[in-house]
Amino acid sequence: MKLTGAQALIKSLEMQEVEVLFGLPGGAILPVYDPIIDSPIRHILVRHEQGAGHMAEGYAMVTGRPGVAMVTSGPAATNIVTPLCNAYMDSTPIVVITGQVAATSIGTDAFQEADTTGITMPVTKHNWLITDAQDIPRVVKEAFHVATTGRPGPVLIDVPKDISNAEMEWYWPESVDMPGYKPTTKGHPRMIREAAKLINEAHRPVIYAGGGILKAHAAEALRELVDMTGIPVVTTLMARGAFPDSHPLCLGMPGMHGNYTAVTSMQKCDLLIALGSRFDDRVTGKVSAFAPDAKVIHVDVDPAELGKVRRPDVPIVGDCRLVIEEINKAVRDLGGTEAQADRAAWIEQIRGWQKQYPLHYEQPETGNVLKPQYVLERLRDNAPDDTILVSGVGQHQMWSSQYWRFERPYTWVNSGGLGTMGFAVPAAVGAKVGQPGDTVWAVDGDGCFQMTAQELVTAATERIPIKVAILNNAYLGMVRQWQELFYEERYSEVYLSPHLPDYKMWAEAMGCEGMRVESPEEVDAAIDKANSIDDRPVVIDFRVDYREKVYPMVPAGGSNDDIILDPSQGEGGR
Amino acid sequence: MPAPARHHTLSVLVENKAGVLMRVAGLFARRGFNIYSLAVAPTDDERFSRITIVVDVESAPLEQITKQLFKLIPVVKISELDPSSAVERELMLATIKAEPATRGQVIELVNVFEGRIIDVGRDEITVMLAGRPDKLDDFEDLMGSYEIVELQRTGRVALPKLERQAPRLRSVKGA
Repeated sequence: MKLTGAQALIKSLEMQEVEVLFGLPGGAILPVYDPIIDSPIRHILVRHEQGAGHMAEGYAMVTGRPGVAMVTSGPAATNIVTPLCNAYMDSTPIVVITGQVAATSIGTDAFQEADTTGITMPVTKHNWLITDAQDIPRVVKEAFHVATTGRPGPVLIDVPKDISNAEMEWYWPESVDMPGYKPTTKGHPRMIREAAKLINEAHRPVIYAGGGILKAHAAEALRELVDMTGIPVVTTLMARGAFPDSHPLCLGMPGMHGNYTAVTSMQKCDLLIALGSRFDDRVTGKVSAFAPDAKVIHVDVDPAELGKVRRPDVPIVGDCRLVIEEINKAVRDLGGTEAQADRAAWIEQIRGWQKQYPLHYEQPETGNVLKPQYVLERLRDNAPDDTILVSGVGQHQMWSSQYWRFERPYTWVNSGGLGTMGFAVPAAVGAKVGQPGDTVWAVDGDGCFQMTAQELVTAATERIPIKVAILNNAYLGMVRQWQELFYEERYSEVYLSPHLPDYKMWAEAMGCEGMRVESPEEVDAAIDKANSIDDRPVVIDFRVDYREKVYPMVPAGGSNDDIILDPSQGEGGR
Repeated sequence: MPAPARHHTLSVLVENKAGVLMRVAGLFARRGFNIYSLAVAPTDDERFSRITIVVDVESAPLEQITKQLFKLIPVVKISELDPSSAVERELMLATIKAEPATRGQVIELVNVFEGRIIDVGRDEITVMLAGRPDKLDDFEDLMGSYEIVELQRTGRVALPKLERQAPRLRSVKGA
């Protein structure tokens, strides 16, 4: 069967069971947009290519399937570099297809030409420039394989226009043949036995669960490990939901804005069991002062993570689910629950910290001040059980992670490693497309919202009813917090404005329901109304207290022992 | 240009595809690993090329360098060659000032180093020297007093030393 390269590309995506494409057409990708008309694949027309990339990420983060975005050459390709980099940092599987000028014009500075594979090389797991239409099915198959196996990540396929127009003989490859790509999935048996032994003997162990738990679908295996051993778990920003917050052994988020117990239990532990986590600087603080007495078991599918920051005593390369299942078996073989060391004193100490230093903010007795944490609490308590929470980057992101109660995996979508402001709105659209049956709330900052709000037009047009809560403090709040604390309150270029733009009117102009909430009494009614709307997006402009800061906080580069609590909680723990 | 005290040679087998060198070089740049020298050529199997990289192991632990390298999809195999267990050779071309008064001395030194004169001008000669990198360093030092007009070195290539016991070629699987 003869097909054009463009037809072969779309057919290859169908073979990969792609159900939705997020994209925006243009000159070099024009031939590929033609067969979309005849394809069962849904196409969602974005308003900016960055939106397409973040939508693909949001889709991938809630479904576990790769998100796919398609855009044209040049500026479109450069616009999608941010989502690629974001997905690279957070190991999110997305496949980006870019148009390219005709192969015969490459290198001539042709109209809308950019060296897309060159530009995206450092921010993709791998990328391909197609030079022969006959290669298209093979490359698509390889791209999806690379994106979704081993440590997942973004990939990019660059397709020159003349290749899209060229004829090829259709085929679909049975398998991939990549001599340089064979990820290790099974852990080393001796290391696993070693790990089980350390686990059984530890008196003050903590499990440091990272995003790898979710990537590897290891939440159940983790649950089994915890229930068998009684070891408490901290869930990093990327792992919120990987272990239920309601579980008595869940200590919540560690790190720069982690809660006191999560941070301190890691500092004081004698065994740190790192599962799919990467010792990010936002978690460790000053590395030399991090968990100083702990032996470390480190499980990761990416061998380069083992020993990159902290040298593990027991390194295990492998898929988190497979390795944890093997560890569970080994722990059981050594006697299971009965064979665990006595940890009563450790658990008691942890309960003491939880009681003494809970998450806290001061709600003024009088006045109409709206605290952002209060908005989060009300959103949390009024949201349906299946709600997916999406956030941008900054103070609102930290409050979201702190104050939400995550009970299920894949219900939290945020930008962790790269910290991409503007992530929330498009990622929420992608999440809602991936899980149309679930309520999707995006909690956004006013600064973030202004970066990508245009995708609400996409959402309204495509009838993707996401809900957005803007915690509008009229500042780039996290920057303001640092300027207040570390730059002697010299506020440089952080003031936005509560009224400009008018978020309610802006939402309405984009086809959404717009609301404004200025006092605590109005909060519940607005949230209830938003939850009841299911035919269009909703935006609520919450006018929150600009003075509120995110606590606890470990100053950048400082030791986690120097955690600062909400001022009302005193000097706790120093 | 003396060789650094702490260097290791990585022999990297890569798929012979466009842009592979850029992927390797780009990785070194963005991870802050220093390359001391680099040589690339196709292997006897046309599907693969071999990149011989001399890395500065002061800039980053060798383990981290090889692990990151191995994550590149076109990288098929990495062999680490410890200088003490490898034979290393390098080629140098140098044009040296050799006026009638000094020409004899220059030629004599070229002969001592078993180099060859491959081009002769009125006041200059071009010599070729192949050998151990430290020998080329010595030659370069000595020629300094006769004025080096131009000089190029290829960067080293290496193979494991054949020992009577098991060879110490160590395959680094990235694990």
